[in-house]
Amino acid sequence: MSVLVIVVIVTALVFDFTNGFHDTANAMATSIATGALRPRVAVLLAGALNLIGAFLSVQVALTISSGLVDEARITPQIIFGGLVGAILWNLLTWLGGLPSSSSHALFGGLIGATWVSAGSGAIHFSTVVGKILVPLALSPIVAGLATLAATAVAYRMTARVDQRAVTRGFRTAQVVSASMVALAHGTNDAQKTMGVITLTLITVGLLPAYAAPPLWVVLLCGLAIAAGTATGGWRIIRTLGHRVSDIQSTQGFTAETASTAVILTSAHLGFALSTTQVTTGAVLGSAAGRPGATVRWGVALEMVVAWLLTLPAAAALGALAAWTASTGTVGTVVVAAVLAVLAAVIYRMSRRAPVTAATVNEVRSLPPVAATSARTAA
Amino acid sequence: MINWLSLLTVQLVSIGATLAVVVLVSLAVTGLSARHVDHDAPASISGRHPLTVSARSGAVVGVTSLVLAAAIVLFGLWQIVAR
Repeated sequence: MSVLVIVVIVTALVFDFTNGFHDTANAMATSIATGALRPRVAVLLAGALNLIGAFLSVQVALTISSGLVDEARITPQIIFGGLVGAILWNLLTWLGGLPSSSSHALFGGLIGATWVSAGSGAIHFSTVVGKILVPLALSPIVAGLATLAATAVAYRMTARVDQRAVTRGFRTAQVVSASMVALAHGTNDAQKTMGVITLTLITVGLLPAYAAPPLWVVLLCGLAIAAGTATGGWRIIRTLGHRVSDIQSTQGFTAETASTAVILTSAHLGFALSTTQVTTGAVLGSAAGRPGATVRWGVALEMVVAWLLTLPAAAALGALAAWTASTGTVGTVVVAAVLAVLAAVIYRMSRRAPVTAATVNEVRSLPPVAATSARTAA
Repeated sequence: MINWLSLLTVQLVSIGATLAVVVLVSLAVTGLSARHVDHDAPASISGRHPLTVSARSGAVVGVTSLVLAAAIVLFGLWQIVAR
């Protein structure tokens, strides 16, 4: 195994780590917001379940390693460039507290890097559209509609029950539903990095075409995403848990249940969707389904803009990184150095207004829920 | 090529499973709350009289609903792991 392949694998695991802490909110934001779980306990539980989830399926990994791009025309430098683009976009959106899609970032980075280095003919657009773009577009809508209907039904069914008992009951149920989302996240998202590493090993001949990820790849990816998740992406947890709408435990439960159903069913059939968009769609659906609830549409609009920007922005970053890395060893070192410096700068910027486990539920600075022009904080 | 059948499957299964689990858990919450009768409790959000169910019946409905909800979740997981 060459040094370059090892560098690509390490970079893929770094992406997996950022994917974990970027997406902790998907599973735990509503549970933390409603008080069903303490913040630190929530992220540790999510980390453990992400690790278990990584072992449940390899269908999504196969979609990425054997269908997204032409393995014969891809080099490790191209994959490296795509990963760098995805990592940088993940870090930038984390700094802004925006729950953008790590999956979009990864696919955008890879597509941009492949396009600029091997031409558009190396991209399997039919797979990109059929297994990635269409499910990506449909999944938040399905999750939103399912949650809307489920939330309306749940509130109607429990309308004549003592509300303290209802809150207590759904808060307990949320521990299970949030855990299921974490499990589903590990199943769906860890596989994306498994697919990228497997693709790298196929391109250098260490694995045959259409090979499934080896066990050591599954294990490393599971550990990386679990470590990232357990770190806790507090900025995005605050956005999803408090800034979109004021979430009650009934809504948290329905949103998490719908998210789990959509993510696991999709992963089972090999659709590489965005868990972030699914959970955000579900949270919006839960707000729409609760009688009298309102949504901060300004925050929701910011998220949608970030969603739309993610794929092209990560593609541009990935293309630039791949183009530079493809010039040779010096180019690859330059890209790695630039990534390290920018990551350090972003981390330092985040320390100016830190959001931690202790402050994630502090929402005094937020405008009333009826407001429609809330700015992104944290 | 877009596999519309699989996409439709995802949508139907997701919506069906979500509604089934949420209905069952709501039933469980309703049933099990009958064990915690509190005459000083505030009125329900519907403004109507609180639902009155005997503690025994409520517990049976609650536990049965929870078992069914758990069965749906475990069946879904089994489908994925078994593949």
